[in-house]
Amino acid sequence: MTAVLFDNVSRYFGAVRAVDRVNLEIAEGEFFAMLGPSGSGKTTCLRLMAGFEQPTGGHIEIFGETAEGVPPYRRSVNTVFQDYALFPHLSILDNVAYGLMVKGVGREERRRAAEDALAMVKLPGYGTRRPGQLSGGQRQRVALARALVNKPKVLLLDEPLGALDLKLREQMQEELKTLQKSLGITFVFVTHDQGEALSMADRIAVFNEGRIQQLGSPEEVYNRPQTRFVADFVGSSNVLSEDLCRRLGLKASFASLRPEAVAIAPPSDGALSLSGTVASQSFLGATNRIVIDVEGARIAVASPAARGVPAVGSPVTISFAAHDLHPMEDA
Amino acid sequence: MRSEKANSAPLGLKIAAAAGLAFMHLPILLIFLYAFTTEEKSYQFPPPGLTTQWFAVAWNRPDVWAALTLSVKVASIATAVALVLGTLCAAAVSQTRFFGRETISLLVILPIALPGIITGIALRSAFSMAEIPFSFWTIVLGHATFCIVVVYNNAVARFRRISGSLIEASMDLGADGFQTFRYVILPNIGTALLAGGMLAFALSFDEVIVTTFTAGQQSTLPIWMLEELIRPRQRPVTNVVAMVVVMATFLPILGAYYLTRDGDQIAGAGK
Repeated sequence: MTAVLFDNVSRYFGAVRAVDRVNLEIAEGEFFAMLGPSGSGKTTCLRLMAGFEQPTGGHIEIFGETAEGVPPYRRSVNTVFQDYALFPHLSILDNVAYGLMVKGVGREERRRAAEDALAMVKLPGYGTRRPGQLSGGQRQRVALARALVNKPKVLLLDEPLGALDLKLREQMQEELKTLQKSLGITFVFVTHDQGEALSMADRIAVFNEGRIQQLGSPEEVYNRPQTRFVADFVGSSNVLSEDLCRRLGLKASFASLRPEAVAIAPPSDGALSLSGTVASQSFLGATNRIVIDVEGARIAVASPAARGVPAVGSPVTISFAAHDLHPMEDA
Repeated sequence: MRSEKANSAPLGLKIAAAAGLAFMHLPILLIFLYAFTTEEKSYQFPPPGLTTQWFAVAWNRPDVWAALTLSVKVASIATAVALVLGTLCAAAVSQTRFFGRETISLLVILPIALPGIITGIALRSAFSMAEIPFSFWTIVLGHATFCIVVVYNNAVARFRRISGSLIEASMDLGADGFQTFRYVILPNIGTALLAGGMLAFALSFDEVIVTTFTAGQQSTLPIWMLEELIRPRQRPVTNVVAMVVVMATFLPILGAYYLTRDGDQIAGAGK
């Protein structure tokens, strides 16, 4: 079943087209990421799902029910906010039980449900504390418990890991994924971190300037970017110009080429090759990033660190398999 | 950082601070002292003798009771009006954006910036043009103009500190507008409203200028006191009343102080 459906949805703020004719269909139980730079419209899309914004045009359905005009408190959707938005005047237990309290669930029952939810996010026994006494990572878990205790059909996460440090982020990524699989709830999360989207999501929608540039699995988005924007934003692919494409026998006006698909070596059978000079190099740990100047065009190569690095200025030949060169739309 | 050395301010500064405090508070003690004097026509120092008879005299004077009741009623109702309207206005200005928002904000604050005499004259001429007779309600209206400002200022400052996502979070979790107000907004602005309400009550309670223009023949407590000072008869009764008022207002102020002290900690806990 379709969990969330956007049919030609737009949201304008005055002359600004925050969301511009977006179509998407999120399946039930899917872990869906909306990826894009700030101001790309991904958060507005999330707010349209939550009901904090109403579309200027188009149609939204949540589990088959029309969502336009339905206020946030009548949607079976819950949100984990970027700043967590925990109620500072309530204890952790009352924060988590808030949704049940306003629905009129009895005191004993909601206390039990809230304690279960806290145990689920690995914060058992934290109920009596106040939000101000918890660390950022703990508040994040409380926000998650507070949303999940309502058993939403769709859980919306707005940059949920943005405020956490790297180590905690990676840990939470794992936990979120496990949690989503075990609960089977549809997760829709917004992020500007491409690594996060690639590692967690079942499918990714890449946003730019209010429109979806590409929608697909992490592998598709990463390996076969359809537009220059996606190629650049998701993992910084090389974008080959029309000139180079034609020289390589390709009809497209632009093509993408992942740095790790390129080797500094003469071509083997059937491989394509170009020659140029080494423009710069930098050590990245597992790989070296070597930029080759091919008649003015710059092509980045991710070369395994174990291999030797040619000196800057020296002539080299680079080669890559024809199927690694992906033609793109002109955008 | 706080260090032990912070305790040793220069002697001159200590004396100056003590003198400043004494200048502010000794006159209040003098008021108390003259409530017990045996001399009723002038305030000569030192008082020729001490007596408690003025307490009985004040208790038995109906004009004292009339003025006191009127003032308490006016201040209570003006404060209640201000709490409702000031909070609504603060919510509108701080939570939404609309055309003329800054203008409305300015117009609401203006009555406290205007000299009381201007507000008084303006209200008086407005009342007479609209042929509204002076009554209890004309005083309440006059006082509400500046009481709203105090509540509004307190509430707007607190509203700004409430992160907008708190209200969205509440709605998201299933609370409608009323529930969100009851369970999220009110607990977070409660202490600000209490402080604003106390201040509004105090402002209304001792207001003279606007009242003289809007009260007609009625006497609120401060106007009654002014009249008493002109009349050289049973003067210490005024002091007795002043003393009782100071003592009666001291308790709620103390209470509000402790309440807001805790409240600020909660509100200061952030998002």
